[in-house]
Amino acid sequence: MGTGDAAPLEIRGLVKTFGSVRALDGLDLAVRPGEVHGFLGPNGAGKSTTIRVLLGLLRKNAGEVRLFGGDPWRDAAALHRRLAYVPGDVNLWPNLTGGEVIDLLGRLRGGLDRTRVDELVERFELDPTKRGRSYSKGNRQKVALVAALAADVELLVLDEPTSGLDPIMEAVFQGCVDEFRDRGRTVLLSSHILAEVERLCDRVSIIRAGRTVETGTLAELRHLTRTSIAAELATPPRGLDVLPGVHDLVVEGTRARFEIDTVALDGALDVLRAAGVRSLTCQPPTLEELFLRHYGDEPTAAEPPEADYAVTGR
Amino acid sequence: MTGTGVFLRTFLRRDRWVMLWWGIGAALLYYTQAVSVADLYTTQAEFARAAATMQHNAAFIALSGPPRALNTIGGQVTWQATAFGAIVAGLMSMFLVGRHTRAEEESGRDELVRAAAVGRHAPMTAALVTSLLANLFLGALVALSLVAYPLAAADSLALGAGLALCGWVYTGTALVAAQLTSSTRGMYGLAGAFIGLTYALRAVGDVGNPVLTWLSPIGWYQAMHAFSGVRWWPLLLLLAAAAATSATAYAVFARRDFGSGVLASRPGPERAGRSLQSGLGLAWRLQRGAVAGWVVGLFCLGVAYGSIGDDVGDLVGDSGTTRDMFAQGGAGLVDGFFATALLMLAVIGCGFAISSALRPRTEEVEGRAETLLATALARNRWLLGHTAVTVLGVLLVLAAAGLGLGAGYALVTGDGGALPRLSLPILEYVAPVLVLSGFARLLAGLAPRAATLAWLPLAFAAVVMLFGAVLRLPQWVQDLSPFEHLPLVPAQEFRWLPFLAVLLAAACLSAAGQAAFRRRDLH
Repeated sequence: MGTGDAAPLEIRGLVKTFGSVRALDGLDLAVRPGEVHGFLGPNGAGKSTTIRVLLGLLRKNAGEVRLFGGDPWRDAAALHRRLAYVPGDVNLWPNLTGGEVIDLLGRLRGGLDRTRVDELVERFELDPTKRGRSYSKGNRQKVALVAALAADVELLVLDEPTSGLDPIMEAVFQGCVDEFRDRGRTVLLSSHILAEVERLCDRVSIIRAGRTVETGTLAELRHLTRTSIAAELATPPRGLDVLPGVHDLVVEGTRARFEIDTVALDGALDVLRAAGVRSLTCQPPTLEELFLRHYGDEPTAAEPPEADYAVTGR
Repeated sequence: MTGTGVFLRTFLRRDRWVMLWWGIGAALLYYTQAVSVADLYTTQAEFARAAATMQHNAAFIALSGPPRALNTIGGQVTWQATAFGAIVAGLMSMFLVGRHTRAEEESGRDELVRAAAVGRHAPMTAALVTSLLANLFLGALVALSLVAYPLAAADSLALGAGLALCGWVYTGTALVAAQLTSSTRGMYGLAGAFIGLTYALRAVGDVGNPVLTWLSPIGWYQAMHAFSGVRWWPLLLLLAAAAATSATAYAVFARRDFGSGVLASRPGPERAGRSLQSGLGLAWRLQRGAVAGWVVGLFCLGVAYGSIGDDVGDLVGDSGTTRDMFAQGGAGLVDGFFATALLMLAVIGCGFAISSALRPRTEEVEGRAETLLATALARNRWLLGHTAVTVLGVLLVLAAAGLGLGAGYALVTGDGGALPRLSLPILEYVAPVLVLSGFARLLAGLAPRAATLAWLPLAFAAVVMLFGAVLRLPQWVQDLSPFEHLPLVPAQEFRWLPFLAVLLAAACLSAAGQAAFRRRDLH
């Protein structure tokens, strides 16, 4: 342990209970050096709990958690020198100014780059002379983001970091994450904003009810999902309805709309070509659909469907 | 005013248990006095003799109020309970008003509610009415419990009504404080300081210059002379003050912006100073305001007590019994008075010690500790920083109280030599005060959800100090208060052994709290 090239973080079979509630139930997560790893799941899935175990704020009940190869509970302070964290709900001290908080957090992380702070303050259009109590939610978030992004660390842990930011600031934030990755550093980004994850992340882990249900690159995950196809044909298509992997088929004369498992795409195209293709619209699955499939359409037997997720998660 | 009714119902519903407990507490305060006095003296002659002694005890007068009809149960109840009853009503009003006005505004919940179809003044009016009703309830319980005892109905009613109206005045001042400050903490500080001021004014007034008593609502309450020829007109003074303060609050409210106070927060430094780079530095920064407030407050209270020390001799005259009672260990009468005063200042100082020990818990609950502990700041160092500030703060606060006491006495008598003799002994109480803060740390580490119970030992120590003898609590019960193990300096001689033993107990509690915190999940 403690070697320089250890994976930034590795979690296997993590269990965390609060009384009788099993918040994490055998969760796995591995983040590779130099990647932006999306950590997705509906509210209450256990994202924040995982992060808080990872930061040594909560004590695990079972499983293995390695942060830079070390034990985050025992060596918390030493390991924290190598990372910066932005919580989902930033609370500041009411009587400290934003500038003071940025300096304080930077110093506690082991020093910060003055010019970088000034640059970030400007980019995020933050007024550092205001006191904690007079900042809006978005501005409190900016204070924590500036403090984290200005730190010279190997890993950024971000828990829904853009909640409260306006779209312009979201873009600024995304630019900053890109730059951070370009310097070969690692990011763990917990989010339920799918557009953000699609835009930023190299790999994604999806968790639900305290368990990892899917992990891989976006491309790999798309393999597991369906593509929507809308086609105008010369003649009515034949045999689409018996083709394996076709779902929600609607045929109106020479028009066909359906969804197809990505692995069965080839066969479907053959059928279409045989009917003569006039026009074809092919939509790759969005993360949104990926999500709906896991949390909306086909809930696993044990858990109730979380239909409201489709609304809250945009 | 649209929506006031809805708010009022919600507030009353949220507060019903809180109100009940405050009410029961206040009623018990009065009722137990009656019971204990009745139990204490077997013959009227004995009672009269004891009453004559108390009559001339300046420390008790400063503590409780003007002595009247002390040879009757009703007179004793009035004397022993009214000043503290008024403080109870004041604190209840302060917390009720704060919780529904400034705290809601600070948290942003108020904003959510205000966006609905409610009148501008609705939440504030509902908070005001809630507190007024709570005080009526408090007064009614007190009056009923005394009538049930049974004491004379009219005088019992006077005690209840005066208490309720005292609470109304403090409701008004709390409402004003909520408009002036921009944080809940600041509001409680301001409103609490006002309650302390009114108490100090009547203490000084009752022993020295009576004009001062008439500046305090507690003085008006006691001027009703319940059980010694009750008179009702002071109620009008209380009513007028309540109306005036409430009206002031509405006037200020109309002139300020939502979310801010009149004492607005100014822009601050863009960069952190040199001191803000460690857990200790931050802890000091967060607590220094409280330390300063308590230092000034207890210094002033010390001066108030110190300045009346000279009148003690006049009051006591040559009542031999009091001399015996007070001059335990053969020290002078003045020292006896000061021994009581120092003990009381130290018990009040526990307020700082406990709130300071609970500060890390507040940081944790409000989510700020999470951000901090995700940096290279270790849990241990973070908590130790706060502990260091608590210990330093306790030293400063107690030293200020002692210094005030000595300075007050020296100023009035011109006896500069008395200053160290009367001031320094208070440092003995650093040990028991730290026991209470150590207990708070233990609770915060072991049973964080129950951390507010850390205030109970203070209530207990105060009861033992004020009523331990009167209530005839068994010795082992009294011994549970850490203050009971130390000699009453300067009337008695300071001894190292009990001091060090109590200090050790404080250290053990504190260390256990630290260890428990290291092992548990962060909130």
